[in-house]
Amino acid sequence: MSFEPAPFPVAARRELADSQLRVNLRRATTTIRTKRAAVVSELPDWERLREAGRRIKADAIRHLDEHLERLEESVTRAGGKVHWARDGAEAIEIVARVAREHGSDEVIKVKSLATDEIELNEGLAGRGIRAIETDLAELIIQLANDQSSHILVPAIHRNRAEIRELFRRELGVDELTDEPRELAEVARRYLRSKFLSVPVAVSGANFAVAETGAVGVVESEGNGRMCVTLPRALVSIVGIEKVLPRFRDLEVMLQLLPRSSTGERMNPYTSVWTGVTPGDGPQEFHLVLLDNGRTNVLADPIGRDALHCIRCSACLNVCPVYERTGGHAYRSIYPGPIGAILTPQLRGLEQAPTLPWASSLCGACYEVCPVKIDIPRLLVHLRGRVVREVESQGRPDPEAVAMRAFARILASPRRYRAAQRAGRIGQWPLARRGMIRKLPGPLAGWTAVRDMKPIPRQTFREWWEERR
Amino acid sequence: MSSARDEILARVRAALSDVPADEPAGAEPPRDYETSSPLSGEELTTRFCERVADYRANVFRTEEGAIPVAIRETLAAHGARRVAVPADLPDEWTAEIPEPVVDHPPLSPEDLDGVDGVLTGAALAIAETGTIVLDGGAQQGRRALSLVPDLHICVVRAESIVGSVPEAVEALTPGAQEGRPLTFISGPSATSDIELRRVEGVHGPRRLEVIVVA
Repeated sequence: MSFEPAPFPVAARRELADSQLRVNLRRATTTIRTKRAAVVSELPDWERLREAGRRIKADAIRHLDEHLERLEESVTRAGGKVHWARDGAEAIEIVARVAREHGSDEVIKVKSLATDEIELNEGLAGRGIRAIETDLAELIIQLANDQSSHILVPAIHRNRAEIRELFRRELGVDELTDEPRELAEVARRYLRSKFLSVPVAVSGANFAVAETGAVGVVESEGNGRMCVTLPRALVSIVGIEKVLPRFRDLEVMLQLLPRSSTGERMNPYTSVWTGVTPGDGPQEFHLVLLDNGRTNVLADPIGRDALHCIRCSACLNVCPVYERTGGHAYRSIYPGPIGAILTPQLRGLEQAPTLPWASSLCGACYEVCPVKIDIPRLLVHLRGRVVREVESQGRPDPEAVAMRAFARILASPRRYRAAQRAGRIGQWPLARRGMIRKLPGPLAGWTAVRDMKPIPRQTFREWWEERR
Repeated sequence: MSSARDEILARVRAALSDVPADEPAGAEPPRDYETSSPLSGEELTTRFCERVADYRANVFRTEEGAIPVAIRETLAAHGARRVAVPADLPDEWTAEIPEPVVDHPPLSPEDLDGVDGVLTGAALAIAETGTIVLDGGAQQGRRALSLVPDLHICVVRAESIVGSVPEAVEALTPGAQEGRPLTFISGPSATSDIELRRVEGVHGPRRLEVIVVA
């Protein structure tokens, strides 16, 4: 189910009205933050790992063409088939073709952001194929016809009582408490027959190694292992930015990712496979290398750092904006700070021009990012691009005009004092209880997202003059 | 028709036109992080056992001659009778299983779903993270074998325990280059998808028993 479009300030205001959501989110983000901090502090070399991670991703992205060609060669040599998809529709068609070849009108799915991004399930449904989500949270989202609100825990906005009602209604289970263990058991029983019988699985991947052709899925529940092991055919849809140059690079990523993501020393299961292994697992493997806007991100030498992201979601959990608005306000499968820099670049700035402002630039996201993406720098860079390329479109932009006037005022003490006196007279109908909440006319944009302190009755300079 | 492949690669190259042509691809990152663990011998085994137990898996320490006893007691504790095994498991181990089910010829997924558990060895283990790694080598069988049954009993030899993730990746590299599938297992399957409450056991084996042989 796709997101109804709305600019971030409008969507955020709507979400902020939901106090239950804020309670759920605060509890959840606090829990993960604390766990992450504990396991990160165990590693004395964390900062060196982050730097190594950053350098590995930077090299992968700066030489993406060479690494992709090498990956294709390695996977092909190992018995896999490599496909290239310019957009979501091409990727969906490849999955549909494989399902048809196996005479199946169902596919089982591992949780994957890339497949959510291209709306694979809806695309397959239009071709008469049902995609069954096997991750517990994704299943909840799918059954509720809802939208993900977090990269790692997509159903973070749903509480146990809602999930119990959903399972009762959709899975026909009558006797059910809201105990998470019991709810997980229901999902296990429902999905087990699917794992054992559906012949085609679809996954994403956390990485694909150019050197050896190894593809990996990092997960917790074991649904990933089921999907990449039991079916006859496996299709992995992987964004082109997921390539890692060498097998050895896993020694860095397998330390950075679980600790940043779930706050564990290691996630329960990581599966790594290379093409096809005779007698073990799917005997048919398709790797779909997906562009879908990534080459546009790549074309911006500063913005391309967003492609270093390993989808851990640590930046969401520390973000004061995300913690209050939740994921839905971002209107994208990629919410939070990383979404604010990734979504506008993937879809085009004109499609999500407000997202680079969905931040206070506090920098917490940069501090926790396991591959050191300087998210605040990218936000500021994208704000500049939005103003230049989208909003002004050649016309002088009111903010720029105002800032130029402001600069002239600040350049002269005489003009500054005159402006203060004039402002004090002009502001009296606007200031309420020590705050200006709404400016008139073209200035309204400034106060739409922030309150302003009025000019005080007496400035420090005036106070000083009086006492001299 | 220009193929999707050619078009994507052309777009990538055009997007990267600012990268100097003589900048080599595949530059090594600085590897000044810890590549080996300060622990050795008995310390490694102890750390591994602690970390596995943190995931709420059961750890049973024993010695070479007592492996059959450990297997017998573990099976009894779970009431497991029909237990799947890879074809190359030592006879002394298999002899402890009331009704061993050998994966040769390969069992169907339904057969595997019908057994009480599975008994395997491991390729290696990582002390720092409490992780067991299977690579389809000796005494491990294929991936489905150690996945579908609800109870996984895994025998880990102390000499196969390495300290850190980098040491494990180094040891696994030759096999990975041959294309061996790898499975990293850290505790039983788990989910925290409902209100971030951790629940052990969803789809993978819900119970993990580790027998560590010193």
